[in-house]
Amino acid sequence: MAIRLAGDFDISYAHDMAILRNHGQWVMLIVFLTGLFALPFVADGKTLGLLNIIGISIIAAHGLNILLGYTGQISLGQAAFMAVGAYTTAVLMKYGVAFWFALPISGVVGGIIGLLFGLPSLRIKGFYLAMATLSAQIIIPWFFRNVRVDIFGGTPGLTIAPPRLGELVFNTQETMYFPIMLTVVVCTLVAKNIARTRLGRALIAIRDNDLAAEVLGIEQFSYKLRAFFISAFYAGLAGSLWAVYARSINPEQFSLLNSVWYLGMVIVGGMGSALGPILGASFIRILEESTVQLAPALSKMFPQAAAGMLAALGPLVFGLVLALFLIFEPRGLAHRWELLKAAWRLRPFAH
Amino acid sequence: MTPNSVSTPPLLQAENLHLFFGGLSALVNVSFQVRPGEILALIGPNGAGKTSALNCLNGFYRPQKGHILFANHDLTRTPTHQISRLGIARTFQNIALYTGMTALDNLMAARHIRMNQSMFASALYFGAAQREEIAHRRVVEEIIDFLEIEHIRKATVGALPYGLRKRVELGRALALEPRLLLLDEPMAGMNVEEKEDMARFILDIHERRQMTLLLVEHDMGLVMDIAQRVVVLDFGVKIAEGTPSEIKANPAVIKAYLGEAEHK
Ligand SMILES: Nc1ncnc2c1ncn2[C@@H]1O[C@H](COP(=O)(O)OP(=O)(O)O)[C@@H](O)[C@H]1O
Ligand SMILES: [Mg+2]
Repeated sequence: MAIRLAGDFDISYAHDMAILRNHGQWVMLIVFLTGLFALPFVADGKTLGLLNIIGISIIAAHGLNILLGYTGQISLGQAAFMAVGAYTTAVLMKYGVAFWFALPISGVVGGIIGLLFGLPSLRIKGFYLAMATLSAQIIIPWFFRNVRVDIFGGTPGLTIAPPRLGELVFNTQETMYFPIMLTVVVCTLVAKNIARTRLGRALIAIRDNDLAAEVLGIEQFSYKLRAFFISAFYAGLAGSLWAVYARSINPEQFSLLNSVWYLGMVIVGGMGSALGPILGASFIRILEESTVQLAPALSKMFPQAAAGMLAALGPLVFGLVLALFLIFEPRGLAHRWELLKAAWRLRPFAH
Repeated sequence: MTPNSVSTPPLLQAENLHLFFGGLSALVNVSFQVRPGEILALIGPNGAGKTSALNCLNGFYRPQKGHILFANHDLTRTPTHQISRLGIARTFQNIALYTGMTALDNLMAARHIRMNQSMFASALYFGAAQREEIAHRRVVEEIIDFLEIEHIRKATVGALPYGLRKRVELGRALALEPRLLLLDEPMAGMNVEEKEDMARFILDIHERRQMTLLLVEHDMGLVMDIAQRVVVLDFGVKIAEGTPSEIKANPAVIKAYLGEAEHK
């Protein structure tokens, strides 16, 4: 049961159902958001670069969490749906559509493709569904590599012009930070809203007991498809932002390994919690960055180690962390955070 | 309401149900009616086919022969998720709650068919969607009060003790506001006190909420004080139907239950 601060009573159902229940929480949120959007004025480009990557990852992970964490349907195609968003944005912008319109369109196109690859969930579950979504991960990059090279650019891919808003050009870490973080904030709010309303309850009902859900009037198939749509919609947005952030995209960037990383973020962060993807994406990306930083030092310490081994350090550490989480904290960082919060509220009585 | 009057048309009518699993016949030519406003008990020894009959009403099982009529629909041809919209809710013998949700959310999830906010309204939680959530929360809180589960409202149901989970599941079925409530062994595995509580809730639901109930029970003694009419199944065959006192005196019923006692 949730433990609240003393004096935090439910005056009305509206109050009980609100995300933020007291003045303190409002103040904390405002301070946090101000800090978040003030960062580019103080932080260096390298830090912002990491934060931008984290932001894009959070969006994709939120989407996967709605599918995997809430609905209990596994997908190995999140990176492929990001590719759909990225290529949609690149092509639309090539034909003169402004990024600000290309972004939502990319979400919708990603969502529709995701929904198509979610169709097998009508008949199959678990491992077999994972295999079916794997086909997205094979077909989609293949498509962008081999079909209409004149439009999609084949193996070398496409370059993308920076987004503009009047005089403003979004071509640095500092400037890109704003559209990315704004999308992160909106996506987080939407994920949180989905979780606490009719839609989210229907999704969780399907995850927890699909037969009981049917008996209670929730049409499994329709809601599974919605989950696939939303999940890939988020991926489409993430891909769109990635396209204008990286300014150059190719099919290699959206590999199966990337999809596995998103799965890892959702697991490490904690499935079925809106906080999970934020913690998971941050943790994994910071870990990845640390191993990159560590590689030169390691190659000095072990000069005889092959370069290939050091390049494999990232995936190796990632695999190790994932295994440790699955064994010791399958409910992820979000669960740890809840425990910490509860302990803090009950201080100084430690039990 | 006069539950025993034969003239009113039945709320639900099962006609000549045949259900086979390979060579095993779970239901053989079973017919029964549920009259509006009554509590009908469906009893029989273990493996008699009681749960299978409920599963046919729910559309989980499709009987090879026979029809089930409810509100001008043949349930044997209606998809499961639409049957609840016609006004049928149920609980399960082995409890089928949404284990990861709180008790409150389990009940709120049952309001699904009564709500009409779109996916977008849910995502934005704005205006009408918010008002709808609050209105339904009120209905659900009333049921929570009625079942005396206020204290576990925000507890995750997977961690609750058996008796309370049974109660939450009853609450979830009530939250659909059905016309017909199917209860599959609501008192199984409970201690005496919990059984008495459950019996009281069932009678209250029937009287105050004007609901029609189909109560499946293994234990014959339990239903005799609650039900107005009783249907008895044995090995998939209907062996008796009547008032509790008629059933108690029926030699075939006594034999079926004695037979079971000998096996133990
Ligand atoms: N899905 C199924 N597959 C095979 N046999 C089943 C299935 N469901 C029920 N049965 C069989 O049908 C008979 C009736 O079972 P059930 O309806 O559960 O009895 P009851 O609820 O009266 O104890 C039993 O012999 C049972 O083994
Ligand atoms: Mg049974």
